[in-house]
Amino acid sequence: MTMSTSPLESAKTAVETSSGLDIESIREDFPILAVRPYGKPLVYLDNAATSQKPRQVIDAIRRYYEGENANVHRGIHYLSQVATEKFDAAREKVQHFVNAAHSHEIVLTSGNTESINLVASSYGGAFLGEGDEILLTHMEHHSNIVPWQLLREKMGVVLKIAPVNDDGEIIMEDFERLLGPKTKFVSVVYVSNALGTINPVKEIVRLAHAAGAVVLLDSAQAVPHLTVDVQDIDCDFLSFAPHKMFGPTGIGVLYAKAELLERMPPYKGGGDMIKSVTFEKTLYNDLPFKFEAGTPNIAGVIGLGAAVDYLTNIGMDKIAAREAELLSYGTRILESIDGLRIIGRAKEKASVLSFIMESAHPHDIGQILDQEGIAIRAGHHCTQPLMQRFGIPATARASLSFYNTEEELDALGAALHKVNEVFG
Amino acid sequence: MSNERALYQKVILDHNKSPRNFGVMEDPDFEAEGYNALCGDQFRVYLRIKDGIIEEVQFEGSGCAISKSSASIMTTLLKGKTREEAKLLFDNFKGMITSNPDASFDAKELGKLIVFSGVREFPIRVKCATLAWHTLLAALKGEADTVSTE
Repeated sequence: MTMSTSPLESAKTAVETSSGLDIESIREDFPILAVRPYGKPLVYLDNAATSQKPRQVIDAIRRYYEGENANVHRGIHYLSQVATEKFDAAREKVQHFVNAAHSHEIVLTSGNTESINLVASSYGGAFLGEGDEILLTHMEHHSNIVPWQLLREKMGVVLKIAPVNDDGEIIMEDFERLLGPKTKFVSVVYVSNALGTINPVKEIVRLAHAAGAVVLLDSAQAVPHLTVDVQDIDCDFLSFAPHKMFGPTGIGVLYAKAELLERMPPYKGGGDMIKSVTFEKTLYNDLPFKFEAGTPNIAGVIGLGAAVDYLTNIGMDKIAAREAELLSYGTRILESIDGLRIIGRAKEKASVLSFIMESAHPHDIGQILDQEGIAIRAGHHCTQPLMQRFGIPATARASLSFYNTEEELDALGAALHKVNEVFG
Repeated sequence: MSNERALYQKVILDHNKSPRNFGVMEDPDFEAEGYNALCGDQFRVYLRIKDGIIEEVQFEGSGCAISKSSASIMTTLLKGKTREEAKLLFDNFKGMITSNPDASFDAKELGKLIVFSGVREFPIRVKCATLAWHTLLAALKGEADTVSTE
């Protein structure tokens, strides 16, 4: 590694020895990190939007298309059998990764957004009605707001919003107060994409269940960074986004307790979700296929399986520890920048650094950083109500992953100084 | 000149820091709101028009350096112009910032607006540079609804 001139150098040496991960060799797994935007090393700090993909995932997808491609299930030929085995194996990998009791509790969708829409549409449409309350929080992504608003239009449900404090944490007293006899459903983000806040999901589930409500956890930002155990959390639904956990885009996961999936009506109709069809009556297929009409994203699911293997081999505990190091290093770097304010200072926080600067609008910050080869995100992060809560139109967001380095965060710091020079 | 300096020219930075004709106008003849979902930029443009001539123009709101300075510079160019002249100026401006970075443009016609020629290198910022102008056109048409450059 190159020498750094950072004032935090001594701290850096200390943290690098404590993670136990060989970051240099991990970085070699990610071909894209060799890209040099404008001739500068790529510093990819937009992992909350989508993570980069390791060679192991890319190779699994390539292998599928080059040597295994066929449609899954019911195929009577060699390739279909291979593809089906790989496809089913990937589902089981996902099952073990989040410690679901059964592989048929893992429904494969087109993305985290579809997973939530599936629940709102199927569970909400069948079991929620006029006047029933759905409790959300002020830090939800639009994907965990709009599906419930659509349900409100259709069924007359009532949305309640638990507030967040100035540090970006759910105010649990208010959350508890809002849980009432009419609360039939609670849908909460596990880790905030805009702030990094890790919500107390076990407590949330316990309180919600005590009030008789069913719980969905939008875990798109949790699964790539934490060990997630659905049986320990005891949530009823948990959705996540494989492309944020080093897998491909175009697929999503919905974990759901089997007894709920059994009771829920299908979400869409088509092939593979049926046992038999006549024009008079159709018998739906068993779980999870009842919810998986049509040819699935087979390559994507196989890529997801490879991503799960990749993360399992490294170890989620090590990843979480490494990202905690990066978060504290990055926080200190940002705190050293004049006129910079970090938005989201939760005590339990994932490696997301959202900030605003007195000198420049987030979009202008992003522009200057881009010219330095640094990729961040600027905007409302699909959390406009949360931005309104903080009275800001947007933030700049650096979201870190375990393959990031202290040197990259030093480069971020230097570029932010440059922002102050240009706009100061 | 580095790319970001080409984009953030001194005039732009100056108008960003000290926007001209900035603030709410009481009893405007026309007004409209513009919104860019990408940056969360939001501006209102106010007009007073007499005998078909723009007499006064003001704007208020918040946005990135490009959108804010573009709004500010726009307001300095419109006084005394007819609706058609304002529209023509916008057409020329939009033509320039959406042209190939190597293409030539008529500096005389564009005047002060050439400080935005750096936007040609950054197509994603065209929406920022044109937000106030789209809002102006909506106000000139007397459209009450929010316009969006998304």
